Amino acid sequence: MKLLIVEDESKIGDYLQQGLSEAGFTVELARNGLDGHHLAMTDDFDLLILDVMLPDIDGWRILKSLREAGRNVPVLFLTARDSVDDRVKGLELGADDYLVKPFAFSELLARVRTLLRRGTATINESKLKVADLELDLMGRRATRAGKPVPLTAKEFALLELLVRRQGEVLPRSLIASQVWDMNFDSDTNVIDVAIRRLRAKIDENFEPKLIHTRRGMGYMLDNPDSD
Amino acid sequence: MRRPPSLTLRLTVLFGIVAIVVFSGFGWLIENSIKRHFAEEDAKELETMAQAVHEAISSSSAGDAPSLLSQRFDDILVGHHGSSLYIADQKGNVIYSSPGPDLSALAISDEGPGFQEWSDGTNQFHTLIRHVRNGATAGDGGYTIAAALPTGFHIQFLRNFRHTLWLMVASAFAITSIMGWVAVRYGHAPLHQIINRIRHISANELNTRLSPETVPRELTDLAVSFNEMLERMEEAFNRLSNFSADIAHDLRTPVTTMMTQSQVALSQARTVEEYQEILYSNIEEYEHMAQMINDMLFLAKADNQPDSLTTGEVDLASEVNILFDFYEAWAEERDVVLKLEGAATISGDKLMLRRALGNLLSNAIRHAEPGATVTVSLGKAGGETCIVVENPGPDIPPEHLPRLFDRFYRVDPSRQEGGTGLGLAIVKSIIEIHGGRINVTSSEGITRFHILLAARK
Repeated sequence: MKLLIVEDESKIGDYLQQGLSEAGFTVELARNGLDGHHLAMTDDFDLLILDVMLPDIDGWRILKSLREAGRNVPVLFLTARDSVDDRVKGLELGADDYLVKPFAFSELLARVRTLLRRGTATINESKLKVADLELDLMGRRATRAGKPVPLTAKEFALLELLVRRQGEVLPRSLIASQVWDMNFDSDTNVIDVAIRRLRAKIDENFEPKLIHTRRGMGYMLDNPDSD
Repeated sequence: MRRPPSLTLRLTVLFGIVAIVVFSGFGWLIENSIKRHFAEEDAKELETMAQAVHEAISSSSAGDAPSLLSQRFDDILVGHHGSSLYIADQKGNVIYSSPGPDLSALAISDEGPGFQEWSDGTNQFHTLIRHVRNGATAGDGGYTIAAALPTGFHIQFLRNFRHTLWLMVASAFAITSIMGWVAVRYGHAPLHQIINRIRHISANELNTRLSPETVPRELTDLAVSFNEMLERMEEAFNRLSNFSADIAHDLRTPVTTMMTQSQVALSQARTVEEYQEILYSNIEEYEHMAQMINDMLFLAKADNQPDSLTTGEVDLASEVNILFDFYEAWAEERDVVLKLEGAATISGDKLMLRRALGNLLSNAIRHAEPGATVTVSLGKAGGETCIVVENPGPDIPPEHLPRLFDRFYRVDPSRQEGGTGLGLAIVKSIIEIHGGRINVTSSEGITRFHILLAARK
């Protein structure tokens, strides 16, 4: 997976490049709008991360040129300004997502993965399986090592999210937004409580442990025995 | 809009016009009464003359010499300065005609008897014509008397009078205007004093107040409303400067923590775990700061672009249930039960209202006693939708209640139990851009947030 980052602030650019490279992507970094525009138009990328405010050619114009040239590569905008007008403008121009600074890297990573997954067709599974954890998506039931685990509807939704995106660190804000449709930062530890409860049900009496805490980042479901 | 003319000019002109009207009116009245007075005097005089002529004719006998009668008529004229007399019999024969204007035409004319104004072409006269029918002595019965008094000097007098009057009116206008101008300037002195006092109020003297008792009664309202405006400004200004101070304070703490931590960490070599620990701790501070920035931006946006609402129908009961779903596990851990009563639908921005209710709910859960029930009640009150969020818990001291919605306000400043200190400010902001009101009461172990939202559209 090849990504292009167009970001004029050098520190942010460097760390984004490093972080995304370490997350397994091939990352090119352009430090101004002209280079970014040139790269975006000539090279093939799976995803573009564009800063809106660039000294020469701004993010909007790069996106516009891309869409006019018929390139439908997904674009994620980074901006320091959060106004409805900007958001509308970005969406009208065909941006796929929009992230306001300051953002957490885990949030960016999760969004990048979502965007990259969007293109690929989702297989309509009726069952999900990680180690000996099985999710019956039709019946909304979960079993661990063959034993049924009683889950509430929201707990099941949370578990399904973690399983579907296993191996990814999911930030709390993303979990809140995906499972409960809460799109604001809550100053509570609601997500931690929910994860703790889920853990008690599916991990406490079983091995291996599947739900992992990534301090400062979020939560991740992973089967440590799988690789 | 055109700027209205200055008050001084207006009042000065007004005084001038009043002076003109009053003086002209009086002048007109005086002139008319003088004229009438002259006419009455003349009429009386002419009447006396006519009477005298009549008596002279009546007392004369047929045998008297015409010169004697003439002499008598001459005598009558002597007492009346500048008067003329003309007497003719019924056939038109002149019995007597004094020198002076020719009254024969007047006497013969069909003007009829009586007092009138008359002109012989060069001079003006007051005249009296009398037809006497039963003149026993003047031969065949009747004769006509025409007497005239010149009015030239009256007219001259009146002309002079009018002239003087105009001069008086003009000078009255000038004097009144000047005096008016002075009076207005002087009368406006309290206004200028107020202006001077107002001018000297600078941003850091917003606690200055005008004293309404020391200004003229007409300006009391102005002073009072100016004071009210000052009070509002002072409040807003203080809130703003406190806000900036609070931002600085709230940012200083995490920045200091991180700086100290990082510098101490770098002062000597440490294990990887130790470095990680420091970075984790930094992330927590960053997250806190990022959330604070987001909350502040949200508030700034709500303050500056209150129109950026995405309005639609919002089923409050379903919103509350979604929030209950979210907070349930956390509430259970704290041994708090969530309860919803009633239902209501309003028009508003769903995401914003959810955020407001979410903040209130998390606040209520946080401050509820273990084992307590947090209740959200929805209902209608006098055409308005009413939302009540209440939790049993320790009373908030009353002095904190009015400031609870202030940005960064914390009941206990030493305790920074999570949050940015902006949660309730955001609630208030959201409710207010929806045209609603929020207040809080806390007594007898129940803290109750009360929202009233107009049932708009």
